Amino acid sequence: MLAWFATDAVMASGGLTQSFLQPMGPVADEQFNHLLRVVGITMIVILPVLIGVPLILWRYRYARPRGDYAPEWEYSKALEFALWGVPVVVVIVLASWLWYSTDKLDPYEPLGPEPLQVQAIGLDWKWVFIYPEEGIATVDELAVPVGRPVELTLTTDTVMQSMLIAPLTGQIYAMPGMTTKLNFAATRTGEAEGENTQFNGSGFGRQKFTVRALSPADYAAWVSDGAGDITLDESTYATLRRRTVLAEARDDLGLGERAEPIVMTLAQRDMFAQIVAKYHGGGSSAQRWGGTGLPESGSEGAGE
Amino acid sequence: MSVRTSPIVGNLDWSVTPFTDALQHPGTSTIIGAGAAGVLVLGAIAGLALLTYMRWWGPLYRNWLISPDAKRIGIMYIVLALIMMARGIIEGFVMRAHQATAKGTLAAQESGLVAPDHFAELFSTHGTIMIFFVAMPLLIGLINFVLPQQLGARDMAFPVLNQVSLGLTAAGAALVMISLLVGQFGTGGWTMYPPYTGKIYSPGEGVDYWLWAILISGMGSTLTGMNFAVTIFKQRAPGMHFMRMPLFCWTSLCVAIMLIYAMPALTVSSAMLALDRYADFHFFTNEAGGNMMNYANIFWMFGHPEVYILILPAFGVFSEISSTFSGKRLYGYTSLVIASMSIAVISFTVWLHHFFTMGQSAGVNIAFGIATMVIGIPTGVKIYDWMATMWRGRVRITTPIVYLTGFFLLFVIGGLSGIILANPSIDYQVHNSTFLVAHFHNVIIPGVLFGMLAGIHYWFPKAFGFRLSESWGRRTALLFVGGFVFTFMPLYVLGLMGMPRRSPTFQNPDFMPWMYIAAFGGVLMLCALTSLFWTFWTSYRNRAALAVPGGDPWNGSTLEWSTPAPVPEWTFPHIPQVTARHDWGERKRAGDPWQAPAEYEDIEMPADTAHGLLIAIAAFLLGFAMVWHIWWLAIVSVIAIPGLLAVRGMRVIEPRIVPAAEVAAADRAFRERVASLARATRADEETERNRGVPDIAEFAG
Repeated sequence: MLAWFATDAVMASGGLTQSFLQPMGPVADEQFNHLLRVVGITMIVILPVLIGVPLILWRYRYARPRGDYAPEWEYSKALEFALWGVPVVVVIVLASWLWYSTDKLDPYEPLGPEPLQVQAIGLDWKWVFIYPEEGIATVDELAVPVGRPVELTLTTDTVMQSMLIAPLTGQIYAMPGMTTKLNFAATRTGEAEGENTQFNGSGFGRQKFTVRALSPADYAAWVSDGAGDITLDESTYATLRRRTVLAEARDDLGLGERAEPIVMTLAQRDMFAQIVAKYHGGGSSAQRWGGTGLPESGSEGAGE
Repeated sequence: MSVRTSPIVGNLDWSVTPFTDALQHPGTSTIIGAGAAGVLVLGAIAGLALLTYMRWWGPLYRNWLISPDAKRIGIMYIVLALIMMARGIIEGFVMRAHQATAKGTLAAQESGLVAPDHFAELFSTHGTIMIFFVAMPLLIGLINFVLPQQLGARDMAFPVLNQVSLGLTAAGAALVMISLLVGQFGTGGWTMYPPYTGKIYSPGEGVDYWLWAILISGMGSTLTGMNFAVTIFKQRAPGMHFMRMPLFCWTSLCVAIMLIYAMPALTVSSAMLALDRYADFHFFTNEAGGNMMNYANIFWMFGHPEVYILILPAFGVFSEISSTFSGKRLYGYTSLVIASMSIAVISFTVWLHHFFTMGQSAGVNIAFGIATMVIGIPTGVKIYDWMATMWRGRVRITTPIVYLTGFFLLFVIGGLSGIILANPSIDYQVHNSTFLVAHFHNVIIPGVLFGMLAGIHYWFPKAFGFRLSESWGRRTALLFVGGFVFTFMPLYVLGLMGMPRRSPTFQNPDFMPWMYIAAFGGVLMLCALTSLFWTFWTSYRNRAALAVPGGDPWNGSTLEWSTPAPVPEWTFPHIPQVTARHDWGERKRAGDPWQAPAEYEDIEMPADTAHGLLIAIAAFLLGFAMVWHIWWLAIVSVIAIPGLLAVRGMRVIEPRIVPAAEVAAADRAFRERVASLARATRADEETERNRGVPDIAEFAG
């Protein structure tokens, strides 16, 4: 019921899709269906309470009781079987569905052969997306072609974060020095909003990014003319790593303080692996790519 | 915060108060901060002035602070909880008011009532206070008050340890309170996940306030668990077999076992985080081999049993009131015992569902998801058992029954969202969203809060000798129900729409209507809080009309209703011989239950002592000194605690003896009063005719 309520509200919206109740791909679609299924099955044990309690209170209220009074009645074998039996059966059914859907929607399982490889690095308070094969990188924009599975590998270069692209797939934590994965695919074109859901400081509320599911032709065009004048090298990355939101980061890079994504040319294809490696072993690798310490705060002090 | 640590005052200086912030950067956020600190200061001054003016210092110290009586300790726990709850609810309202004004854009600086960091402090203190300093003291206080009386005992097994537990809890609460005035609280939420709360990302005193409040009060809770367990195992009256114990005692036993096994995990995770912050350890740091996943793992090993620690006493209360106010025996006693114990055990096997999204394999998630659903079975059985208890009864719609009804209708919705969240595939979507926030409020408010408030209303006459106003009680209950519905149902919708929790701003205009509804709910919650305090005040003023000296205002069936109201410190003039499950009810059915014992004897009561108070002061100073790096004070306090133990250990402490003559006089007076009072039928329950002596022709539930 609530789900339908929310769907209506979302449908009326003109903004970016931010909910899995408007799925853009098979993963979110199945998650939505599973939600409805669970709500439906659970009603078997909930409706008796929602209906029965008002009825009992009405019928057996002290002021004007109807029905008999059985003060010493405290046990019925048949009722015991029903009270335990029905929830057990419902849980067996729910558990089977849980097993099936969790296994099917394992975010580590690719949705098809040769998924598009994208890497994501969580920073305070923005995401860097790296397309190693295409040689481009973005800040706060994830473009994917409709129809091709995507494998997103995540880490962070700050505290723990959690990436959610609700209309396409669920969320997974991203942690420094470690990688996690999200596998998904888009089945229709559209724009959605992705976000970090794990609180990480004052810019948390603005750590959103644009997800664009493009037709294959549009995607190819985006890749070919996407890469801008900026190169994502160590010094650009060190600027991005500051504790800034997207608009402030643009300002730091001299691009004007707007909340628009940044598209860059990738300087080193194994950059993602180097960022993960910063947190292992120490030595010189830990000092590169802005180091592992507390990032500078604010957009002041734009000098390197 | 100063750059160098002073040897005398540590990191303290004059810039730490919110007043200086408000002067330097005036704005709604800093003014609210300074206002809160001002309320704290003025409240403290007003409290001290009142105590002085009324000459209450002596009575407060002699009758309460040094009393090892479990009943008084229980009442002090509940008073502490209600004070903290006032702050928690006001903070909740400020958060709702903030979010209703917080729609912004990605490009512009966050706007709204409070600044993002202040908002983060608010949700961190709100969660910490509500879990550790409202819910926990409420249930521990209620168990302290009720458990010995229901078991037929005079006190807890370890009365002075009980005092120490209360002191440690109060010291933790005081640390959270003083963070309003001195410095700031952490911003990492009530869970304080590192590495965000590590030294690098959260320098300063904020996280330390949380750590020391948790470490100190957590120690108190662990000791409480041991005390409850030993009391139940060793202090039951003769004939009080386990299967004759009232359900509230059973759920208290579950709580005791869970406290003993769960609290140490919290102490360990907090101690490890403290070592990271104070001593450069690397348990949970980003680099040098630290792993923040271990924190989540250990924290939730405590955290999940904790939510059942909170809910089970409420289940115990519901078992008592559903039977009493239906004038009927509890249905399915054995089922309820089995269900409570199953919940206590299974609750230790589900903690991983708090981080399904950490990247482990689907198989692990499936196992813990199914375990989570399994715990729904005994919970569901309990709800059906209470319905069966009321079925074919004669239900009086008193305040506790209004709370119980609210619980029934709302808790199952929380159960539904719990089952939804138990599915890892759906949890991937709604984890960390306001859907989750709505879920846990949906189980904690209708479950824990309603249960505890129902219990307070039910047992209040036993503590103070007069009933609480039923009309104001029902109004309060309905306001809490309405406040809950309006505040948290919109959060379900917002969560499904993609609103993350703990968010100081948002950009989606579609969120706005729901935010306004939730803010209105926040107003209702404030009204409910006011109404709750008004209920106490107006009942106190009408205490003569509401007095129930007979001691059994609800026609109860458990032992605590056999004694006068207010109950004397020795509780029972003679330890009762228990012969049946609902012993007091059976005695009433057998006729003339108010027979005086054959003989009276001297009663040994634990001697009053300031031991708990002194340990509480030392623990508070230890926490405060550690937060502000005042090392000399920390060393003095940490030595003072074992020192106090040693001093007490070396003294010979005689129990206080209440002479048999005094007991006999008080008890005979009570018997005579009962004989002289008119016997009230249940139809007269809410009127002045109810003097606590029930008409025993009616069935005692």
